[in-house]
Parts: sequence; C-alpha cells; structure tokens
Amino acid sequence: MNFIDNPRKLRGFEKHIKVEKVSRRSILKGLGVTGGFVLAAPVMTRQAFAYETGAGKMPHGVVVDPRVFVAVAPDGIVTILAHRSEMGTGVRTSLPLIVAEEMEADWSRVKVEQAHGDEVKFGNQDTDGSRSTRHYLIPMRQIGASARIMLEQAAAKRWGVPAAEVKAVNHEVVHSASGRKLGYGELAADAAKQSVPSIEGLKLKDPKDFRYLTKGRIGIVDLHDITTGKARYGADIRLPGMKYAVIARPPVTGGTLVSFDPDAALKVPGVEKVMKVRGWPWPSKFQPLGGVAVIARNTGAAIKGRDALKLTWDDGANAKYDSVAYRKELEDASRKPGLVVRQEGDADAALKSADKVIVGEYYIPHLAHVSMEPPVAVADVKDDKAEIWAPVQSPGGTREDVAKTLGIPEQNVTVNVTLLGGGFGRKSKCDFALEAALLSKELGTPVKVQWTREDDVQHDFLHTVSAERIEAGLDKNGKVIAWRHRSVAPSIASTFAADTVHQAPFELGMGLVDMPFEIANISCENPEAAAHTRIGWFRSVSNIPRAFAVQSMVGEIAHATGRDQKETLLALIGSPRIVKPAVKDLWNYGEPYDSYPIDTARLRKVVELVAEKGEWGRQVPKGHGLGIAVHRSFVSYIATIVEVAVDDKGKLTVPRVDTAIDCGTYVNPERIASQIEGAAIMGLGLAKYGEITFKDGKVEQKNFDDFQVLRMDEAPLITNVHIVPPGPDTPPSGVGEPGVPPFAPALMNAIFAATGKRIRALPIGKQLEA
Amino acid sequence: MIKIRINGQEQSWDGDPDLPLLWFLRDEAGLTGTKFGCGQALCGACTVIVDKEAVRACITSINDVAGREVTTIEGLHPTGDHPVQKAWRQVNVPQCGFCQAGQIMQAAALLMENPKPSHEQIREAMAGNICRCGCYQRIENAVHLASTGV
Repeated sequence: MNFIDNPRKLRGFEKHIKVEKVSRRSILKGLGVTGGFVLAAPVMTRQAFAYETGAGKMPHGVVVDPRVFVAVAPDGIVTILAHRSEMGTGVRTSLPLIVAEEMEADWSRVKVEQAHGDEVKFGNQDTDGSRSTRHYLIPMRQIGASARIMLEQAAAKRWGVPAAEVKAVNHEVVHSASGRKLGYGELAADAAKQSVPSIEGLKLKDPKDFRYLTKGRIGIVDLHDITTGKARYGADIRLPGMKYAVIARPPVTGGTLVSFDPDAALKVPGVEKVMKVRGWPWPSKFQPLGGVAVIARNTGAAIKGRDALKLTWDDGANAKYDSVAYRKELEDASRKPGLVVRQEGDADAALKSADKVIVGEYYIPHLAHVSMEPPVAVADVKDDKAEIWAPVQSPGGTREDVAKTLGIPEQNVTVNVTLLGGGFGRKSKCDFALEAALLSKELGTPVKVQWTREDDVQHDFLHTVSAERIEAGLDKNGKVIAWRHRSVAPSIASTFAADTVHQAPFELGMGLVDMPFEIANISCENPEAAAHTRIGWFRSVSNIPRAFAVQSMVGEIAHATGRDQKETLLALIGSPRIVKPAVKDLWNYGEPYDSYPIDTARLRKVVELVAEKGEWGRQVPKGHGLGIAVHRSFVSYIATIVEVAVDDKGKLTVPRVDTAIDCGTYVNPERIASQIEGAAIMGLGLAKYGEITFKDGKVEQKNFDDFQVLRMDEAPLITNVHIVPPGPDTPPSGVGEPGVPPFAPALMNAIFAATGKRIRALPIGKQLEA
Repeated sequence: MIKIRINGQEQSWDGDPDLPLLWFLRDEAGLTGTKFGCGQALCGACTVIVDKEAVRACITSINDVAGREVTTIEGLHPTGDHPVQKAWRQVNVPQCGFCQAGQIMQAAALLMENPKPSHEQIREAMAGNICRCGCYQRIENAVHLASTGV
C-alpha cells in the first residue's frame, strides 16, 4: 500500500498528532469517546483487500481513526462525522452509514454531524471527482470496525470474560453464554479507554451480514429537514449584526474597475455602504474577480442598490472573446496536425490506405453549472481570525485560500460546511467565500455575499468549449483499421497558469488517450487552444465532449457499414481484455491501474446488460428511434439506451431511458439510481439547450430564460437504472459523474435512427426544426 | 406600515414597500425555508402560497401581499406531515434538496386546486419549478402519491 510511503501523508500524520494533543473538535466534548492515542494512517495489508485506491495520494490522504469520526454518548446516541460535502449525491448519509454498519450501530440512534474543513484532522475533503465512496468505503469500514471492537473489549473487561466470547449486535454488546447485554451508551466511557485496534488484520463484516450497505433502504439523513424547510444551506446562515452584500464584477474575465459612482445606490432604502472589492489579475486560480460591493440590511436592498450603481470598466485582454469566431478557430485547429498525445501503429498510413474514411466533426459549447443555490457565503473576520459558513466542495482548500487571502495562519480559519444546493464542480472553487472574507475584514461585521443567478451565469468557471474531430478508416470489410481523434479545447489549467494552450493529463485521460477501442492504428492529437474566460470542472468534465464524439462516431460507422449500433460498438470495443495503457503514466482518475484497469469485459457487460434490460432492437413507433452509447469514466462503466420521439415539427421527447452502471462495490443503490436518473435529465437538458456564448468578451446569457435547463414537462417519462452486481472485492468506483457522458451521444444516435439527421454540434436547439 | 400574515402570525414592515416578499421572508423574518434561485420567477425555488395560490416570492413585492395570508414551507403543516411532504419522503425525492421547498409548495397548491391531477397535469403544473439535480421523475411520482393517499 502506498499510504504510509507517501510523504504528503506522513506530513499530515505528524501534524495530525500535534493538533490532536492541543484541541479536539467541540462536538466531541462531553461525549463518551475521548482521549487515547491516535492512529492516523491506515495500515492495510494486501491480504486484507484485493485492491488499492488513490486515496492516499490526495492532499492530506486518509485518516482512519474512530476517535476522530465516531463519538458514543452515555445515552447511546452515536455521532458520526461526515467529512465530505453534501451536494445531492447522498454522501452525508452513505459514508456514516458505512461506519454504522461495521460498528453494529442502530441507524435510528445515529446522528450525523458535518465536519468542518480540516484535512490534517479528517484527511482529504475535496468532494469531487466521484471519489467519496471509492476512496472511503474501506477506511469507513475500518473506522466502524475499530469502534465496534473497542466497545466489545470494554464489555468483555467489565464482565471479566475473553473478548472472543462477546459480540456487538445492534447497538449492544452481548455475552451469549451468560445472556448478559450492555448497551453502547453504558459502554461509552469504558470503550474510550480501550486502545484503538491495529488496522492490520482487522476483521470486517462478511458482506452477507450487511444490514444497511447495498440494501438501499435508508433515506438520506436530511430528508425530513429538506421537506420542512429546516435544512440549512449556505444562503440560510444568519448571524447577529450580519450585513448583506451583492457585488458588481467586471463583465469580462480579466477586466478591471476604472471608476464608480455610488450616489444613486446609496439612496436606495436599506443600502448602507458601497465599497470596492479587491480583484486579482487573471488567471489567479480561485481568487475574486474584484468589483464593487453594495452592503445593505437585506439582500433585496443590496440588489436594488447594485442596479443603481454607475460603473466604468476596462475590459482588458479578453474584450474580443467571441464564441462564433472562437468556434471557427477551434475547428480550424482540429483540421491541422497538433501535439500528438497518443500513438499506436501508424494512423496516417492506415487512413491513406483505408477503403473508406468517415470524418466526424463535433462541437460542444461552454456550459454553466447553475446549481439551484447560486454561490453564497457568510464570513465573520475579526482581527486575525476568520470563520466562514459556505456551501463548498473543498472545505480544506477553502480554509487554505481564506488564510492566504487574508494573510493569517490556517489554524485561525474555521470553515463550516453547510449543505450545498447543488455543486457540479462550481463549488470546488471558493471565490465567493474569499469575497465574503475580504468584505467582512473591511467592515468588521459578519457579511453574507449572495450571488444572483445573473452573477452565477456570467462569472462561472465554465465547462470548456471543444471541437472534436474524428477520422475513422475502414477496410473493405467495414472493419475500423485507423482512428485519428483531434481534441481542441481550452484547459482547466488555464485558470491556474497563463499561456496554457494544451490540455492537462487529467483532461486528456477523459476519453481521449484512454479510449478503449481495439484498433490497430490510433493517433490522438491535442492542437493548441488558448482560454479567454475562467474554465473549470463541470460534472463529468472532458468526458462530455469526448464521449459525445467517440460514441456519435460509432453510430456514424454503424450507419456507413449498414450494421447495428450495438454490434458495431461491441466490435470496436473488441475482445474482453485488460487494456494496456496507451500512454505512460495514464491519469486513470488518480487510481492505481492494477486495481482499476480499463477492463473491456466490464465495458462489454454494461452494453450487453443495457441491451437486454432496455430491450435493444425493440419495435418502436414511427418517428421514434433508439440510440446506444457506452463510456468509462471515473473508473466506472456506463451504457445508456435512449428512445427518442421526434414529431413532424421537430419537437423532441424522450419516452424512455435505460442505463446500466458498473460502479463496482456499492453502498446505496437507491442513491445510485437517483444520480443516474438525474444524469439523464441533466444530459437531456445540456443536449437540448446547454450553451454559454460570448460576445465582446461578455457572456450573452443571464438567467434560466436564456440559459435553459430541463423542466419537468420535457423530462424522460421513464428512466430505468440497472446496476451490475459487483464481483467479490471489485473496487468501488464513481457514480455522481459517469452518468452524464453517454447520454448525449445515445440521444444523437437515437435521433439519427428516428429522423436520419445527424446532429454533430450541441446544443440541438432548432436543428431538428430545419 | 405594511401588515401581512405569515404562517398565521401577523408581521409588519415599514421599509421599502417594493421589497420582494422573498427577501422580507428570508432576511427580515428569518424564514429561510423559501429559497432564492433566480430572482425572475423562472425557477420556482421561492414558491409560497398566498391565500390559496402559488406565487413566486422573488417578484412579488411585500406591498402586493399586504393584508393577505402567506404560507411558507415552515407553515405548510405543524409537524411537517402534509400529504405532499409525506409523499416526498416516501419516494425519497430530493438530491441536494434546495429546490424542494418550492416544489412542495407548488405541489400543495396544485392539489388544493385539483385534488386528482393526471400525470400530464402534474408535469404541466410543475414545469415552472426547476430541479438541476433532476428529480423530476420522483417529484411526479410523489405528487401522484400525495393525490391518491400516502
């Protein structure tokens, strides 16, 4: 295992011990489990688990310690910390549920508390990359098992019997020989005095004895609060003396404020102050854009005040960014050779000698996250201390960035993580929390910074924009012998470093250099593309354009060869095998390749499963069509069949969607289904409408009227989710993101089947009406 | 001085009469269950019931509801057991949950007006409420369940 060999982890380990000696998290005070030594690094042996994950390589790695994550109170209430952010995936339920399962806790007597941002204490907290279950299934099981053993040892000691004779069952420890029982509450104080068992050789439950895991019977912990309006999101935090702020930001990325006239704004009832906000030159990672803040007694007054501001901006270097012109640039670049990022065989020669070459040029525009809760944060900065309440996907990163921005030590910053009203990658960037911190410092009072929807749409860290060009060379039998894929898109790395013109390995590894087809001659190229706005992670990231291009091309090849889509797809995937990585140091979502290889048997399996359950080849009414697509992302395998209906006016509806997912060992199939249902809706929405465009450097869209997302009357009528049962020791893999990428190409293949029209540029918009 | 009844309690406001009801509820009255999603009546996150009608609090000024009865998610049912709320929990509707107060209020208003809506009517009535997580299938099922008895 790499955990203890990892230098970053070891640094965390040392710090962890130090912090632990001086302070404990307040919620643990007064509860049963306190004190004792701390076990910070999981020591696992190869014998214990058949796989490794990349968890230890994340910043601050993993902390496996029941004393950090679990507290048992004398009344028997077990408190389990959720250290990842809840944005709708169910992680705030799933990870504590894993602990409860292993510690034989009764879920009805478990309370979940949200951990604040402290990666030294809790391990990595970046809730992104569909990593939570995959990195924490085993650590959470170990934490639960350790706590259970400590409770068993405490009971055995009290009864004076060997520990082997007692057993924890449903929130109590029993000694069946004598019929004695002790509840967890009664054992809490003694259990805390037990040493934490070594993780090596820790016996975990046999999965057949699971009560909660894999069953899908447990609702999310916030269900009641959500349905009664009590659930607290970032926007719902209210502090005594708190001011409300909205900010006017430079309309062009990298623009700066020239001058402002606050007079009219100050006359708006409720407006108290107008002030400059510090901005950083672009690119600056997640630092604020700067601008002018209006401070008021409520958000409504602040918005009205901002409308009354007179502002003059210098639009800076990106003032000419124009989406029509930029698309042409990208497409031109895709038609010329670019940086070769993958090469097998000789694609050039094979394309020249091919009997037939099919060329597909695909375009996928910028997309905005538009989580229902726009960015928002509350900050209370006093002297050299800062407290933040915010819906952030990166509590640890937020803490670091707040400290740096204010110039105070990290330990003086407390980041309280609220529920997130959606995230989709937007809330991995903490610029809104930094704005609140800067304003609070200057005002000397707590401040809430509320982004309006217009702010959110116009100042997002957008999904990139890409031109994907694929040339497939076929021999005279219709077999694909050559494949050249040029992918041109500004990189997320451009948000961190100026002059970035190529995609980073983690972007190239999303459906380009890891494309699994069994083709003798493959070339992948990444021509240059410079960014002119802030590019960031959007759910599924570069897998969206890559799956769109690759899986649409499969449909095009099927049509060109007169073969069935599914058979064409399986022929391209080729034999069941472990694919040898085509590039050195394949990113592989940060996972070790041995545990998470590209396994075409699993890829084929989801295609076969969705075809069977989704009744591939069924007769559909006139005007309807079926399309299929498969994609491996976030080390999971997902295949989707879409049935589309297109009427004679070009109006599109989706009567049925079937998706098969192989995400390895899973925790909560009910939440997997909800993620996949949601992915179909998001996938359909982005395919139909999703497009952010720029003119004169400014985003042209403002709100849900011109950046449309899917509404209920357009949603698929039925979405069926089929989960592949995991084999023994199949490592867990991603769920939140992988559902989106195959949807759009499956839809395009379905539209082609229904209408004979091949849509290669998203969004569909009015293309079917023509 | 504007007087309105919110969840059965009289409240008064002597500030800007044009202040959107949403910001009065959230920032002045501390009723944060009603959410801000768009500010333009495009997403339905701020849906409340005024008398018996679902309205978008983000474009309704406090002056417009003077003397009327406003019900927010906090006041829909004393123990949170309105049939719509119960159905929501039974169907495990929410993902992130942020839009759900608005969805629930819209659904409750729909059922007051039409106690047995068809699936078509549910989809149409709920189309003004956006859920970015994509819980529509479950919302539809939950409204149907609430209408047939939970």
